[in-house]
Amino acid sequence: MIVDQDAWFDDAAGPLVRPYAVTGGRTRADTHGLDLITLVVAVREPAGDLEPESLRILRVCQAPMSVVEVAAHVNLPLQVVKVLLSDLITQNLMIYRSAGPSAEAPSPQILQAVLDGIRKL
Amino acid sequence: MASGNSERDVTATAVKIVVAGGFGVGKTTLVGSVSEIPPLRTEELITEASAGVDDLSGVERKNTTTVALDFGRITINPKLILYLFGTPGQNRFWFMWDELARGALGAVVLADTRRLDSCFPAVDFFEGRGVPFIVGVNCFDDAHRYTVEEVRAALDLDPHVPVVLCDARARQSTKDVLITLMQYVLARTRLASAR
Repeated sequence: MIVDQDAWFDDAAGPLVRPYAVTGGRTRADTHGLDLITLVVAVREPAGDLEPESLRILRVCQAPMSVVEVAAHVNLPLQVVKVLLSDLITQNLMIYRSAGPSAEAPSPQILQAVLDGIRKL
Repeated sequence: MASGNSERDVTATAVKIVVAGGFGVGKTTLVGSVSEIPPLRTEELITEASAGVDDLSGVERKNTTTVALDFGRITINPKLILYLFGTPGQNRFWFMWDELARGALGAVVLADTRRLDSCFPAVDFFEGRGVPFIVGVNCFDDAHRYTVEEVRAALDLDPHVPVVLCDARARQSTKDVLITLMQYVLARTRLASAR
């Protein structure tokens, strides 16, 4: 095979290749509708082999944490983390709780609790 | 990794407030002044297609770029966690705002009186989406001080939208901004349910 001298990627592509290789190139396989503030937690030890990125996610999610926090802690792009989290949820290694239907206005009780909480800071 | 934790559950609820405004207006500073953790940053990859028309024409051709999202957290109680998100400042990241604004309790539009026009897009966005917002005028030391009325007139705000002066660096000042926002959101919610 002849190697093309003009590689299709350059140094700028470096950090991008690995995360999407981990997701198998998927960017939209988030089947659970994970939001920025969906809370996730690890519930089980992996039985088989997992990619190191997925293992890192399980490790940081020993207590409930939002999707966006997970992304910040494992230092991977949000879209990649959503795909990996979705897979972990599908494998029953993690569970999640959505922030509630977004169309629905937050209840006055929640709003009041937030107000009281900020006052107490 | 802990074992025997299958009874683990997610019983807490997460809510969010969005802090918007022009580039360099102090959004992350405001978030950091009340957050229980140093503001965290996550990056989202953007393809040229999703970024749409880019006003940085002339920069090196690149197929992907990243947009940084800064956020902080306040644990209100064990069952309720509040996240504060700073919006990406640049206009080309508008598509990120949709996910940020979806389900948000409300928003703070942070204004810099030296560049009031830089918060016009944020005001338009939240008005258009029906997201309740207030305007916080970040008083930089060297900035010309406008009155609340002058800022309100310049931004052409509805009379009911609160405008407050603040110092994004000061915890108490940021608390006051967030309290004003939540009082406003609560009042709106009660008004809506009374109808």
